[in-house]
Amino acid sequence: MKNTEPTDAGRRDFLGKAAATMVAPGVVLHAVAEAEPRREPVSGKVRWGMLIDTTKCADGCRACVDACDRENGLTLQSKPEDEDARKWDQQRAIWIRQVKVRDNLTGRVTGLPVMCQHCEFPPCVDVCPTGASFRRADGIVMVDRHICIGCRYCMMACPYKARSFIHEAVEEKLTLAPRGKGCVESCNFCVHRLDNGKTTTACQDACAKDGHGAIVFGDLRDPGSPVAKALAQHQSTQIRPELKLNTGVRYHGL
Amino acid sequence: MFLMVTRRLLTGLLAGALVAFAGTAGADANWKQTTNSKATALEQCVRPTGEIRRYHMDLLKHQRDVTVHEGVRKTPDALAGCIDCHVNKDSQGKLIPVNAEGQFCSSCHAFTAVHLDCFQCHATVPTAR
Repeated sequence: MKNTEPTDAGRRDFLGKAAATMVAPGVVLHAVAEAEPRREPVSGKVRWGMLIDTTKCADGCRACVDACDRENGLTLQSKPEDEDARKWDQQRAIWIRQVKVRDNLTGRVTGLPVMCQHCEFPPCVDVCPTGASFRRADGIVMVDRHICIGCRYCMMACPYKARSFIHEAVEEKLTLAPRGKGCVESCNFCVHRLDNGKTTTACQDACAKDGHGAIVFGDLRDPGSPVAKALAQHQSTQIRPELKLNTGVRYHGL
Repeated sequence: MFLMVTRRLLTGLLAGALVAFAGTAGADANWKQTTNSKATALEQCVRPTGEIRRYHMDLLKHQRDVTVHEGVRKTPDALAGCIDCHVNKDSQGKLIPVNAEGQFCSSCHAFTAVHLDCFQCHATVPTAR
């Protein structure tokens, strides 16, 4: 707590500069964040992160996956005529994987969504030969599709199996989420939303709308953010903590 | 022999330059007169037209890095802005892709025989999402 004090002050100052007038710091912060697309480069004063409460994650629910597909246009591709149906299905781009883990000693089964874990030290970035796989200053690990050559080393390196390769041409594209054949892609915390002033991800909204509220998203460096508060309160764990990747996505109840 | 080759080369270059100049000038007149995009009604693009015509690829290439790596979206140099302003509607009011034959992007790119790779990933008409 002692250490976070100056960081928080700096962040408020930084965001406050963007606002012309200031009534109350909290109010203005929110208003600016909602209204405007980003003008200033992202900085390390923010680190986006997520806490997923697996105890609230309902069995058979696909709300977050469907919302992610819709938001990022993952379903806007259709199978080419000469393509094998099974192969097409296996090669579909998946940003959120639904995983079930079973404790062999107790038999307890837990279902959880696994997406890009947004590591502080991402193996996908280490292996990328072109620099296309990168970690943005605000902690989002993503692919610059302009320089991705589709070699798929990052897919091999990722311990979470979080990345997908686009095997076929994309006919219908979205303005906010461009994607095309020959590149690797993965969850980017709905970066287009964050850059356009929103503070939520599509999966989080869908989960809350369905009444589960299993996903909390926000700035890990801001002690006042919902995710930081939830992390301070509840037990949480990283997947594969022994790799020491310091993931931005944490799980409760695993 | 060398002189002849040089002369032929120079003549070719000159002719090429003339054709290219006439071609892009023609394209300009075309899209201004026959389109109904937002841009038709405007005096000037985000920069002087000549500058845009010569340097748009550099501006876009710079902007893509700034947007993807630094998250800056509030800018006049974004490709989404170009498309939003230059997209035309057909007689039914439906948006025509900017890379369709004879449309804003493709008219010049077809003439100059320069590949247009943006739209392998990017939307060719503005979309809500």
